[in-house]
Amino acid sequence: MSDIVVAAGVEKMTDVGTEVTTDVLAAAADREWEGIAGITFPGLYAMIATDYMHRYGLTREQLAQVAVKNHDNGVKNPNAQFRKAITLDTVINSTLVADPLRLFDCSPVTDGAAAVILAPLERAREFTDTPIKVLGSGQASSTIALHDRKDISTLDATVAAGNRAFKMAGIERKDIGFVEVHDCFTIAEICAIEDLGFCKKGEAGRLTEEGQTAIGGKIPVNPSGGLKACGHPVGATGIKQVYETVKQLRGDAKGRQVDTDIGMTHNVGGTGATVVCHIFGRK
Amino acid sequence: MLVALEQRLYATYSGGNKMSVARFWRKQQNRYNLIGNQCTVCGKYFYPPRGFCPVCRREGKIVEHQFKGTGKVVTFSIIRSSSGNFKLLTPYVLAIIELDEGSRLTTHLVCDIDKVYIGMPVKRVFRKLGEEGSSGAIFYGTKFVPA
Repeated sequence: MSDIVVAAGVEKMTDVGTEVTTDVLAAAADREWEGIAGITFPGLYAMIATDYMHRYGLTREQLAQVAVKNHDNGVKNPNAQFRKAITLDTVINSTLVADPLRLFDCSPVTDGAAAVILAPLERAREFTDTPIKVLGSGQASSTIALHDRKDISTLDATVAAGNRAFKMAGIERKDIGFVEVHDCFTIAEICAIEDLGFCKKGEAGRLTEEGQTAIGGKIPVNPSGGLKACGHPVGATGIKQVYETVKQLRGDAKGRQVDTDIGMTHNVGGTGATVVCHIFGRK
Repeated sequence: MLVALEQRLYATYSGGNKMSVARFWRKQQNRYNLIGNQCTVCGKYFYPPRGFCPVCRREGKIVEHQFKGTGKVVTFSIIRSSSGNFKLLTPYVLAIIELDEGSRLTTHLVCDIDKVYIGMPVKRVFRKLGEEGSSGAIFYGTKFVPA
């Protein structure tokens, strides 16, 4: 057993072409019963989007606003892959990848790495004056295949992992100052906001459209720029979310600072087969 | 020679990991004929086939079930960019189908990309699923078409 541990994540995705990347990423799905049917990852999330839009009336503009907002945040993040603002038109007129998802609905192919150091709180003060406390953690799993879920548009692993993290932290949704969610696709951010309990099912589109998920809104989502603008080096993303949360809680997130003592992270494997949530606090 | 073929099959079907060639071929009858299971305890149907009932767990009793092969579209997407065996088929319809018995599966839905809609009735067909390179084994299974 060790008191002090380094948790690091790394991914190098640009060494191969798009086709190989698509194929390798598809291995996070059910190879035997989804892979053989011709799935791609954008395709699986697109099927979530089709179901969601049909049931809750989410508009094309609301979905695009997720990407616009995350790019706006990415502009202010020196570590972001894309530091360029985009408009609704950029998203809506971009190339179709898997209907209804377009290129700008998708997180990019990214090289990246991140690391955090974990230590017991009393020892942490030996190394830093501003330790950030892990208030709660939750992990949950669900079926690998999307077709086996009870509800296509609900990541039940997100619901369970989020509930566990909140229970452990002993806080309410309203206490959270911001959340870094797994927006591998724009629809994934919409589902995450709802499945983590920040609003009712079907309301995240309107919340996004009203600017409530932007910095300064009711619940800022992905102040780092998220996977969309900050980049999605698959194996590094979870740690990167923690890094961003530490930056925020220490008050070091210049230009994109959210004034709060508590932040949350949400990381997804596959289409929701595994989910890990953490809640962090400054005090 | 056989080892080389096996390695290539392994890579094709499993993306290089997770699933063995033996496992792939063991499920051939299920893929060919849309054979799944029913649990005689809770009455639920399962496809893809299960080793045990995911609802009743050890209390369940799984028997083989030949699905009728008709159902409806639950959700879908039109894939514009793909890889491997599906690259040449783009744009194609990917869909989750709910079979009449209640089980759901993911499939390539062979139809006009402008015609698909949620709730569309579909039926199963026997089709080529892919091939092992330009001179390797062709593998078959179930796809769906509008009913």
